[in-house]
Amino acid sequence: MKSLLLGNAAIARGAWEAGVCLASSYPGTPSTEITANIAKYDEIYTEWASNEKVAMEVAFGASLAGRRSFTGMKHVGLNVAADALFTISYTGVNAGLVCAVADEPGMHSSQNEQDSRHYARAAKVPMLEPADSQECLNFTKYGYALSEEYDTPVLIRTSTRIAHSQSIVTMSERMNPPFFQYEKNPQKYVMMPAYARERHPIVEQRILDLIKLAEDTFLNRVEMGDTKIGIITSGTCYQYVKEVFGGKASVLKLGMVYPLPSKLITSFAAKVDRLVVVEELEPFIEEHCKKLGLKVSGKDIFPICGELSQNIIADKLGVSYNDGMKIGEEIPGRPPVMCAGCSHRGLFYVLGKIKAVVLGDIGCYTLGAAPPLSAMDTTICMGSSISSLHGYVRAGGKNAVCVIGDSTFAHMGINGLINIGYNRSDCTVIIADNSTTGMTGHQENPTTGVNIKGEPCGKMDIEAVCRASGIGRVRVVDTYDLEETERVIREEMSIPEPSVIIARRPCVLLKTTKAQPPVCVDADKCIGCKMCMKIGCPAISKKESKVIINGAVCSGCGVCAQLCKFGAIGRDISQT
Amino acid sequence: METRNIVIVGVGGQGSLLACNLMGRALLLEGYDAKVSEVHGMSQRGGSVVTYVRYGDKVYSPVIDTGRAELLVSFELLEAARWFELLRPGGTIVTNTGRIDPIPVIMGAAEYPDNLQGKFRQKGAIVDAIDAFTIAAEAGSQKCVNMVMMGRLSKYFPFADETWQKALEETVPARLVDMNKKAFMLGYNAKKGVI
Repeated sequence: MKSLLLGNAAIARGAWEAGVCLASSYPGTPSTEITANIAKYDEIYTEWASNEKVAMEVAFGASLAGRRSFTGMKHVGLNVAADALFTISYTGVNAGLVCAVADEPGMHSSQNEQDSRHYARAAKVPMLEPADSQECLNFTKYGYALSEEYDTPVLIRTSTRIAHSQSIVTMSERMNPPFFQYEKNPQKYVMMPAYARERHPIVEQRILDLIKLAEDTFLNRVEMGDTKIGIITSGTCYQYVKEVFGGKASVLKLGMVYPLPSKLITSFAAKVDRLVVVEELEPFIEEHCKKLGLKVSGKDIFPICGELSQNIIADKLGVSYNDGMKIGEEIPGRPPVMCAGCSHRGLFYVLGKIKAVVLGDIGCYTLGAAPPLSAMDTTICMGSSISSLHGYVRAGGKNAVCVIGDSTFAHMGINGLINIGYNRSDCTVIIADNSTTGMTGHQENPTTGVNIKGEPCGKMDIEAVCRASGIGRVRVVDTYDLEETERVIREEMSIPEPSVIIARRPCVLLKTTKAQPPVCVDADKCIGCKMCMKIGCPAISKKESKVIINGAVCSGCGVCAQLCKFGAIGRDISQT
Repeated sequence: METRNIVIVGVGGQGSLLACNLMGRALLLEGYDAKVSEVHGMSQRGGSVVTYVRYGDKVYSPVIDTGRAELLVSFELLEAARWFELLRPGGTIVTNTGRIDPIPVIMGAAEYPDNLQGKFRQKGAIVDAIDAFTIAAEAGSQKCVNMVMMGRLSKYFPFADETWQKALEETVPARLVDMNKKAFMLGYNAKKGVI
């Protein structure tokens, strides 16, 4: 059967066809839809885990119990899961274990541009890189056979353009899920020093065996064309190269990017006049070629930063391309903004007003850093806001708070809070609880009380967790109430002991959030002072000397009305 | 056949994902090789979004580079200007005449450019502009802008009406099919705007 599938949906299909029985992941762009799609298959137990390390370990547990398992994450998620990965590399698996990791050259929705291929090398596990949806399906499926044959976890690497593009896929039926009876084997699975020392040489031998595989696996293929130029490439770059050259270049397409073959590359190089590696991010394949003593072009002509494109490849390799027409004037930017009615807006308005130093975190609320709110000072990684605030305060930093979302708090923030409770610093931690994982598209999380399939499940009590971590002062505010929000934040910042403020108001985009009638401006009362525009709401704009509110966009949160000193903003009676 | 390149642009939240799925479904029904890119994550939050549709006998890249698109479909006028350089010389812009002011314009830090349609034409583009906001409201909801524009776009494809109807039924939630079909038809039949 043929279907047009997103790369991520094709990975999900591959896992299903391979007889996977368990999937555990944490959402992260551009990987989220893999697990969201797996959840649609009733045969697979699927869950959002509290973080990627947990997810990886859950998948390992399922493998140990004899069932094929899956975990998926974005590139920075693999940093979190790395601790588990490096040692699961030593123990190997029982049933197959595949981990998909989505890199993001160009950082469309990420905080860095790290290259996950380094993890494959560092953890000494094989990594496959599909170049379209069909390969996403095939490679995932094959990943399980590879995992079991070589007794190793297998990484599947994608990038945004593969993960988030749809292409045509031929699908098959689900195989009968294999089962491998668990047998006690502490020498394999208990990684205390004596046993781990025995496992390390096994890992080294495994890599040698995998290199042999890489020399003649179907995953790597040569497409001979004109021999003036030979290009080694993988993933989405393969598609760009084919787009630019068609048959006018010879191509070595690598589907297995770690370990890399030596003979295959050397023999390909010998057949072409000029050898070029086209790869996004790091010179990973290029350095391997150089180690083989080959003369090769790569990052001497292509950028390390950002995505590559057909035009960049054409330009650097002397092929003509069309630059496109410019409209010839400045086009105003359109940065992402908090939605109209976003529960975070009032919080950041208040934090800006009191000129607090705000250590931020990863989520929709990171938009609090953008003008006009401009009320965030740092964003590093999941959970960093809480731990860094403790350091900031301990080192004498003043007038500081941190802001972290509900899902991010459950992910890693909780660790920082335990540290604050334990080491006692006068920190004010604000948990912006909008009852969802917003930025990645509204996934459930441990604080929502609903699981990935939409069924009721356990619900983490944020207040109780804070208290149990040793935080005596835990308060809840509604960020639609600016006065109350400001009063509580000021109070807690002035008190010399650790405290948590839970800024609780469900995301306005949730289906369960009831829309309120929009507010509107009384033109007779509006003097055009633009005070209401300081919150950067996309529903509010200026028309001539007055402010107008777009009723189709406004969600009726009423935050702007609280800022108007002239009482010019009120409920639109005609719409109630 | 040579690969055809269509770019769909708009503002995060205008439903470009659904439009992409509809497009992809129609291409599959017509039996083409196709690649359809999507946008997820941060840029969906009211930012500028661009999606690519490519189809033909054999499609490699999922991405369309500058000067390659024969059709640029824009759910909002300014976005047509932002992505103008993707258009090939003499290409067609199918655009909503409606405006959504970006934050820099709302804040008064930038001006919304005037006479954009004229500027597109000056550069040799063919412009097919319709007032999609008004048409969508007529269909039942402002949120139907995506379907109004897709209806308009469908004029540029040699596909049977049934293809679009079937694709729409397969991509839109059942309870919204009627409204979306209406929006699609109104977009298809709309008079060119003159704004």
